[in-house]
Amino acid sequence: MNKVRVQHKAFCAAQEYQAVVDDGGANGAIVMFTGRVRADGASNPVTALELEHYPGMTEQVLERLVLEARARWQITEVRLIHRVGKIAVGEDIVLVLVSSAHRQQAFSAAEFLMDKLKTTATFWKKEHRLDGSSKWVEAKTSDDAAASRWD
Amino acid sequence: MIRVLFFASLRERLGCDALELACSPGMCVSDAIVELESRGPQWREVFAETQCLAAANQTMVPLSHPLNDGDELALFPPVTGG
Repeated sequence: MNKVRVQHKAFCAAQEYQAVVDDGGANGAIVMFTGRVRADGASNPVTALELEHYPGMTEQVLERLVLEARARWQITEVRLIHRVGKIAVGEDIVLVLVSSAHRQQAFSAAEFLMDKLKTTATFWKKEHRLDGSSKWVEAKTSDDAAASRWD
Repeated sequence: MIRVLFFASLRERLGCDALELACSPGMCVSDAIVELESRGPQWREVFAETQCLAAANQTMVPLSHPLNDGDELALFPPVTGG
């Protein structure tokens, strides 16, 4: 079963995990990743991130990534949740959860999904800092490098 | 007509999230951008300074991609989610 969600409201990672755990013992491995808002910058730290996206296209890109992950690895369940709107420091932004019979499949699929999400899903991030300033985050070449190792 | 959508820094700097553009025969994405640049100095400056990616009907396309009447064209900077 796939579950792709783009939503404003906060999600509960523990709840998502519990829903996947109730599988009657079919899966020997669950890998869960959450990306969170970090208080980056000592003197003028980030207080919140604002996430914008392209409604419609974003969901399609994420659904395609899940299909690609399923074609490459033997995985059972996938949950991919990404928040949009303003997200405060310490809150979760994104969740990737993959279950599988064996750990390596789950690890690889989760890493693939996260690397590809960062470079192909139509989200944009703006940083809000303590002094009230805000700035759009620039794309990183290290993210492109991480994503290209799956090609 | 082509429906053009702008996102993130591009939307903010242009002060515009969507507009309609007349579709001429043989028009491609980069022609549409040239057309948009002719709307004024601010538009020209923003497009000159932004690495602009394009999606036609919600699929990523190169700037040479041909456009058709009724298409939805989205222009945006490189993505930064996750």
